[in-house]
Amino acid sequence: MTQATFTGVLDLAAGAFLLAAVLIVWRRELRAMVRMLAWQGAALATIPLAVGIYQADAALIIVGVIVLLLRAVVLPLLLARAVGTEDHERRESTPLVNTTTSLLITAVLTVLAYAVTRPIIALDPSPATRAVPAAFAVILIAVFIMVSRRRALSQAVGFMMLDNGIAATAFLITSGVPLIVELGASLDVLFAVLVLGLLTGHMRRTFGDTDLDQLRELRD
Amino acid sequence: MNTLLLLPILAPLAAAAFAAAVGWRRLSAFVTVLAALSILMTAAVLGSQIGSGTRFGVGHLLRADALTVTMLIVIGTVGTLATWASVGYIKAELAHEHTDQRGANLYGVLVPIFLAAMSLAVLANNIGLMWVAIEATTVATAFLVGHRRTRAALEATWKYVVICSLGIALAFLGTVLLYFASLHAGASSGTALNIDVLLAHASQLDPNVTHLAAGLLLLGYGTKAGLVPFHTWLADAHSQSPAPVSALMSGVLLSVAFSALLRVKSIVDLALGTGFLRAGLLIVGLLTLLIAASLLVVQTDFKRMLAYSSMENMGLVAVAAAAGTKLAIAALLLHVLAHGIGKTLVFLAVGQLQAAHDSTAIRDITGVLARSRLIGGAFAVGLAVLLGLPPFAMFASELSIARALASAHLEWALGAALLLVVIAFAALVRNGSRMLLGPPDPSAPTIAVPRSVAGALVTGVTLSVALGLTAGPLTQLFRTAATMLGATP
Repeated sequence: MTQATFTGVLDLAAGAFLLAAVLIVWRRELRAMVRMLAWQGAALATIPLAVGIYQADAALIIVGVIVLLLRAVVLPLLLARAVGTEDHERRESTPLVNTTTSLLITAVLTVLAYAVTRPIIALDPSPATRAVPAAFAVILIAVFIMVSRRRALSQAVGFMMLDNGIAATAFLITSGVPLIVELGASLDVLFAVLVLGLLTGHMRRTFGDTDLDQLRELRD
Repeated sequence: MNTLLLLPILAPLAAAAFAAAVGWRRLSAFVTVLAALSILMTAAVLGSQIGSGTRFGVGHLLRADALTVTMLIVIGTVGTLATWASVGYIKAELAHEHTDQRGANLYGVLVPIFLAAMSLAVLANNIGLMWVAIEATTVATAFLVGHRRTRAALEATWKYVVICSLGIALAFLGTVLLYFASLHAGASSGTALNIDVLLAHASQLDPNVTHLAAGLLLLGYGTKAGLVPFHTWLADAHSQSPAPVSALMSGVLLSVAFSALLRVKSIVDLALGTGFLRAGLLIVGLLTLLIAASLLVVQTDFKRMLAYSSMENMGLVAVAAAAGTKLAIAALLLHVLAHGIGKTLVFLAVGQLQAAHDSTAIRDITGVLARSRLIGGAFAVGLAVLLGLPPFAMFASELSIARALASAHLEWALGAALLLVVIAFAALVRNGSRMLLGPPDPSAPTIAVPRSVAGALVTGVTLSVALGLTAGPLTQLFRTAATMLGATP
């Protein structure tokens, strides 16, 4: 792989990664959101795979394959199973912020991401680091989704997106954290998503719904 | 000597495996108590062996120093009391059908895993591994919070998992950025996250990236420590958990998360000077105190009251860490230990009150001291510890924190903290005295005290009194930890 192809692949992956986040903000249907999340996972896995092939680093390629399996297949499947079968369950009903405003906020957050990441690019202006604002934008958008959506599952999607963004940052600026940390972190995320999936099941049985507006017994 | 460092992690894991194999029964519950005791024993042995040095294990993945020993003592002490009380607590829950055998089995497996994760968090030399362990505590405790499976318990669990995962994810981003800075400071990729390596390279870390990392780490670990702005999970989770788990979360988990911040602070202070995190800790510490004190005043639920008292104490601890002198850090560690034991006493006591009354409203409960001398007495002692009354240890620690703030020229912070602590004090006294001394209601149910809960309470009271009279060799341990954390003299 030449330097130019490598940079091209990285930029494309980072662009697809950010685009998936924007589409998740745009779409209201839970199944579509989970599908976009799987695509985002695939775009994320492209980063370690590309770096691994470019630097001929076998360990990184293996990490890339694991990331692909976990984030593009296993985790989205877990979430898809938790999406209710009833019709009204599948849509994000009456969101706190409407779609147009959400997309505008997304644009502002993306600009903010460029500002925040300036010290990182200044320290190491390599092609991979230059793509880091996209990853940071995804992190900020994910936090926005977590605070503005009312379905339990949308929050879970936001959490996974947040995690994708952090993983992308790690791959872009440091070619990934040490293997033991990567494995531990992946395991934690897997368990966290499992717990969230089980909880939505419990919630549906208890409340008959997963609208978080139902959660208001505990307050001061 | 690697085995000694692994014992506090492996012993509870073995207990969890045993509990998974045989299910919840007296034997498996006592095996867990033994595992918790072994954490305390390991801390004692390590403390006597390492002095002011540091010991590494498992290829520098683990470390033991004075801070590790201090935190293992907190985990071991509170862990032993809480798991001991669990024996009777779960028996009563089963008898009242608040849980079933499956729920009890799950409890028996998750509690020791929770202990193991906390031990790993304080033993980790790699801050990435430390993060993994702290996130693992969230996963392990999720179903403990939701133990009763009621609507309220489910709501608390959801908020707990979502808010803590969000917060702790920010801490991971901070860790990644610190790793990036460390690589560029010349550390090799395998060891760049090790605390000793980071300390050695601290002066070469890029200041701009380190600022970003430090801010994220403060927010992230602050979430798990119950500090603003992501503190909203705390009262819900602590009020819904079974009493022994509330004791563990409030008495240990918060301080374990804070010890992670102390580790981060020792590195960041070397890289950026003390100013940045001092400002950050003062802001979150004082805001936490403010929120905790105002919500304590209006509180009508006694478990939530105790949760906000924990927040108040963590706020105070954050302010003490901001002062950053040797006196302040040593006092903070004493504060954490005394608070852990005192909070365990009150949570275990109110657990029995909740079981008797099937309510957590303050107005439902009066005249406890006249109705049960043991529960009332333990509650009174625990409350006195938390209020910082002499002769208990938090009197000494709060005085030292105040002196340290004054000598660090943070008189304004001292004034603000003092005012808020006094407000919280008044609120706790008002509610506590009503519950303890109020006119006894003739129709009030009898308060059952299972033997194991009684044993844990008597031991806890004894420990609180002993710690108040003399901290003994612990004083030296806390000073060593403070020096090692780079505290200013």
